[in-house]
Amino acid sequence: MHYVAPTTVGEACSLLADNPGSRVFAGATDLVPQMRTGRLEPSVMVDLKRIDRLMSVSHADGRWTIGAATPASDLTHNAAFTAMHPGISEGAGLIGSDQIQNRSSLGGNLCNGSPAADSVPGMIAAGARAVIAGAGGERTIPVADVVTGPGQTSLAADEFIVEFEIDDPPANTGDAYLRMIPRTEMDIAVVGAAVRLTMDGDTVSAAGVVLGAVAPTAVRVPEAEAALVGSSLDADTLAAVAAAASAACNPIDDKRGTIEYRTQVAGVLAKRAAAIAAERAQNGA
Amino acid sequence: MSRTHINCIVNGEPTDFLAADATSLLDALRDELGLIGTKEGCGTGDCGSCSVLVDGKLNCSCLILAPEAEGREITTVEGIADGDQLHPLQQTFLEGAALQCGICTPGFLVAAKALLDANPDPTETEIRYGLAGNLCRCTGYDKIVRAVQEAAVQLNSTSKQGV
Repeated sequence: MHYVAPTTVGEACSLLADNPGSRVFAGATDLVPQMRTGRLEPSVMVDLKRIDRLMSVSHADGRWTIGAATPASDLTHNAAFTAMHPGISEGAGLIGSDQIQNRSSLGGNLCNGSPAADSVPGMIAAGARAVIAGAGGERTIPVADVVTGPGQTSLAADEFIVEFEIDDPPANTGDAYLRMIPRTEMDIAVVGAAVRLTMDGDTVSAAGVVLGAVAPTAVRVPEAEAALVGSSLDADTLAAVAAAASAACNPIDDKRGTIEYRTQVAGVLAKRAAAIAAERAQNGA
Repeated sequence: MSRTHINCIVNGEPTDFLAADATSLLDALRDELGLIGTKEGCGTGDCGSCSVLVDGKLNCSCLILAPEAEGREITTVEGIADGDQLHPLQQTFLEGAALQCGICTPGFLVAAKALLDANPDPTETEIRYGLAGNLCRCTGYDKIVRAVQEAAVQLNSTSKQGV
């Protein structure tokens, strides 16, 4: 295995195109353990952390641009970003210990392809986009279109995510991410739920509901969004949100959570995240 | 296997070493530089016993490829003491018997230093969350938390005296 650390996006693209079996990495919190067990045998490890664009967080022209290799702690410690997108920040902040927070990135969390990735539901609920570089240039697609199944992405072998674009939310918008784990910390989501709401007084005018860890990929729940829009989050609405969230589940059954458990908890978390998102929307969070 | 020549700063000293690209920073520190204070526990980033600071930030050295260290400033447990003068954390760990087998201790010391550097007066809850990436299978954590609290008190009284 050879290690290379390009300093430009173009150089990284050339390395990937010229070296079959090469892999890009940022924190490598999953790739290095896979290499140690022999599950992954890359010919070249392309370190993206020396490319400025991949390691920066900026705000201009009504949107945030977040380098795909930027450590999660850079995002969670960014007070302006966290104030505008608290749900995304709290999702990113749940990825591992302080040690992992200083390595793990949004790009890696997404492209690792885990259905349980904590930063992904919030990004999808916010309509975030991924800027993807490859030999043919750059293209931009919704974050929701990147992961196609567990460990699978729609990116070609010579492509990688350069940065994420997240538009500033409309006025009176709030978001929240909740996850269920069997412990208090340091675990992988059994269920994750992100909700983003825009309020017009007491009435929901726009809604995004996205679940994690209950299907092969993070899933949007249009039925829950439809139930929320036009409502004032009354008990009947929240019951409909929970029912829609549970109905959207297609989870695995394992020692960490049964199908029945994940399905029920998805509804509970969707309701609770909706209540937090609404409160943040109304309090100008 | 080809080896890369890596230049970095380790515990304040400009340092260079050779390492194969797949070598972890943990193994390079131990095998190439003889800094065996840093321990391998799990080797997968879960236990924190290999914790070091990279440009001042807490990291698991088992997850870092050695060539990534090029140009970086690395602090290991060996760099925490001031010559023969133990760091207050090391002293309070000793006095409070905040260790048993000791394998996790270097990682706890480095993580606790990073915690106190960022938050000089943490609550017990902040200490427990701040050290959540470090596993100890012996102590039950209480003595570790108390040692960090005591070190924080000592560091704060020292800084208030302007020493």
